Amino acid sequence: MIAFPSKTRAGQRRIDRIAEIAIGLSALATVAGIVLIFVFVFREALPVLVDPATRKTGGLAQLFARGAWQPVSSDPRYSLLPLILGSLKATLVAVVTAVPIAVLAAVYTSEFAPNRLRELIKPVIELLAGIPSVVLGFFALIILATWIQALTGSTVRLNALNAGVALGFAILPVVYSVSEDALRAVPPSYREASLALGASEWQTAFFVTLPAAWAGIFAAVMLGVGRAVGETMIVLMASGNAALVSAPLTDSIRTLSATVAAELAEVVVGSTHYSVLFFIGSLLFFVTFLLNVAAGLMVDRMRQRLAGS
Amino acid sequence: MTTPEAVLASPLPVTSVRALANPARRRAQVGWNVLWTGVSGLATLWIALIVVVLLSTIVLGGWRTVTWEFLSQNPAQGLTKGGIFPAIFGTVALVLLMILAVLPVGVLAAVYLHEYARASSPLTRLVRFAVSNLAGVPSIVFGLFGLGFFVQFLGRGMDHALGQGLLFGQPAILWAALTLALLNLPVVIVATEEALRAVPRSAREGALALGATRWQTVRHVVLPQALPGVLTGAILSVSRGAGEVAPILFTGVAYYLPYLPWSPTDQFMELGYHVYVLATQSPDVAKTLPLLYGTVLVLLLLTFALNFTAVIMRSRLRRSMGLGT
Amino acid sequence: MNSTLFSTRSLALAAALLVPLCVLGCATRKPEDRRVSVKGSDTMVILGSKWAEIYMQANAGRTIAVTGGGSGTGIAALINGTTDIAESSRPMADAERAEIQKATGAPVEEHVVARDGVTVYVHTSNPVKSITMEQLADVYTGKITNWKELGGPDRPITLYGRENSSGTYVFFKEHVLGGKDYAPATQTLPGTAAVVNAVTRDENGIGYGGIAYGEGVRHLSVAKAGAPPVEPSEATILDGSYPLSRPLYWYLTKRAPASARAFLQWVTSPEGQGHVKDVGYFPA
Repeated sequence: MIAFPSKTRAGQRRIDRIAEIAIGLSALATVAGIVLIFVFVFREALPVLVDPATRKTGGLAQLFARGAWQPVSSDPRYSLLPLILGSLKATLVAVVTAVPIAVLAAVYTSEFAPNRLRELIKPVIELLAGIPSVVLGFFALIILATWIQALTGSTVRLNALNAGVALGFAILPVVYSVSEDALRAVPPSYREASLALGASEWQTAFFVTLPAAWAGIFAAVMLGVGRAVGETMIVLMASGNAALVSAPLTDSIRTLSATVAAELAEVVVGSTHYSVLFFIGSLLFFVTFLLNVAAGLMVDRMRQRLAGS
Repeated sequence: MTTPEAVLASPLPVTSVRALANPARRRAQVGWNVLWTGVSGLATLWIALIVVVLLSTIVLGGWRTVTWEFLSQNPAQGLTKGGIFPAIFGTVALVLLMILAVLPVGVLAAVYLHEYARASSPLTRLVRFAVSNLAGVPSIVFGLFGLGFFVQFLGRGMDHALGQGLLFGQPAILWAALTLALLNLPVVIVATEEALRAVPRSAREGALALGATRWQTVRHVVLPQALPGVLTGAILSVSRGAGEVAPILFTGVAYYLPYLPWSPTDQFMELGYHVYVLATQSPDVAKTLPLLYGTVLVLLLLTFALNFTAVIMRSRLRRSMGLGT
Repeated sequence: MNSTLFSTRSLALAAALLVPLCVLGCATRKPEDRRVSVKGSDTMVILGSKWAEIYMQANAGRTIAVTGGGSGTGIAALINGTTDIAESSRPMADAERAEIQKATGAPVEEHVVARDGVTVYVHTSNPVKSITMEQLADVYTGKITNWKELGGPDRPITLYGRENSSGTYVFFKEHVLGGKDYAPATQTLPGTAAVVNAVTRDENGIGYGGIAYGEGVRHLSVAKAGAPPVEPSEATILDGSYPLSRPLYWYLTKRAPASARAFLQWVTSPEGQGHVKDVGYFPA
């Protein structure tokens, strides 16, 4: 039953109703989307919590116990700790290499840069944001690894440092844009007051504006961490994928996301390995969800506080 | 924490006006200013340097490989020779299907948020919450969802209903496109909302005053004016869809297929996945390195061309609506 | 702007056209011309692709899709029903055979389609020429960590291995490591070529993989306990004197379509087997 532009008021009202239903359904689709992701990813992970056969080797006790990640073996072991450590190491390197640069660049762009330069910086950042992560992974695997190896003299080519630096490139745009938005949201009256009192431009930027925007900057960092933890292709290609528990950053790592990507193709639907991989996916979803919610709350709080004054 | 009062009261190194009169003090001030402006400027320069280095190594490594033959031929001899045409075709087919799915839902959802919703209603807050969180879900989780929901649940369900054996319950371009559509929903919604916001209220009010219903206003007045912004969103989502590999890993992409994905149940080759395979599973790394660079370059050119078009459209749209950047 | 392009009528028309197109596209093909899916071993994927290429050239209308991912991936796909033929560089485990029995009601069909020798790769500058099975096991379980313990220079050994989806991973684990775990520091790479590539760039590297992939690296001779070292070559692999010789398998189930069986028949025929050496492996 297709409704063509109607000549009567009643007909038009019917069309409006249909349109409203379609619009409402589309809006609900977004909610349904996130709910379905939650449901289906958690559903396939449920055996880890409830199925006795799965719990023997892949239950919570084994997943979080100290041990090795050896899913393919006559004696399969599913300890997530080496993988969690791997994700943490890569994220740490990414945050340390990207956040200070991104925040400083955001400060420069919003506080010091002349207008014309500002117009130039934005497209450069968008260019970086537009680079697909598989390309960054390729760059890290083929080119960056050689440079880092020459720089650190490491015998291991694909390691946490390599993957972490490339991850840093990936999160730079996110941290930069959110920080810049936060700094721009600080009312000009703050800067004007500070300058009027005799503070110089850099003092204003670093001691007045930046602290005022700290909630937004913190949110930016959280979003960056979320992105780094969830990122898959870069770590899959550039980290060496060894489920190793060690301290040095020049050792290979195996992250949670890369494990799922590398191993999901080889699992039989419904097996313990399958459920554990979906459990890892649920873990990733949960962590990034928390980080996003927290970041959103921080941004709201900052907006309220700045608007209030 | 930081209000004008707090600034006055804090132990801030605020110099007094008298201190500024002191030339030595003043020079130090200028010195620090230059230093910190310099440091943060250097940080910005560093980012620009990263972009330049990334792009130039790829361009230098790949420009020789990208010829018409490379773009129009199939891979041969186990991916060590030939071209990447099926990967280009597969990428285009994938994003076309994705757009068909994401554009209607995304635009209508944005229309809801901007034209119909009451700002404080719980449904509106729920939808906005869902949109912002959808944007933050890791791409591998989308891959898991695509496998668990589209392939296993919907696909196998459809096969049961149709009763003709395994057809939909396996990786297919249809499922990969739908997975990417969900991933890009926030992109389309945000861009459309921005476009709707740019349409002046007077346009809506004029239409309503002339007796149009709300839907007629949206359909015949608001949406046409918002079209450039909607297209911006579409282009951005296509660019993102062409680059994401993790969501399609288990939902339909393959590394070498002797056929093109003409049917929605077919598997497909894809540029981003081709880069991954050539980089990690190539049968002869030395031989395929130039092909790898070439593929990366083609992928980059594609995403940049799309992003560039979107940016141009967005700035034209903004200028025509009288807003600043 | 008069949006006739997006008018309801034209949208409805477009939808009406798309639906039958989709249905047509999903229609099944003739049984002999039905597409064959070959999935699995990364060791064998070059062989499978070559066979597919030649077979398709000789038989117009037949379509074979070959993908890698590791023997485990192929076997899982065979169990899940998403592939017709699984290529595997290791024999199927009992648990996997039981799954096939459960899923199809019949045992899996195993065919040896070629022979291979798992070769140990080292950098071309590495002076070490041979290694015993015991030393190899100690290297990969992490007991031996320096090349000097093998008669080489005083440098640490970098271990390169395969992802756990690989049949070669499993074969090596069973036949060399005796079932023990690989050292956690083993860098896992997704394909044999990646292992070779890593070893070519790393003087301290050691890796393993099918003999067909060994360009740019040196092969070590391997010695069984109490025997002299044997170099991997056609003669030593075919007669089994090379300790790491192994058969390469194709697995099919009861569900395999006629087109897949036709392909299998061609592959095991003298014509198909004649192409095995071109790729670097040896006929069954």
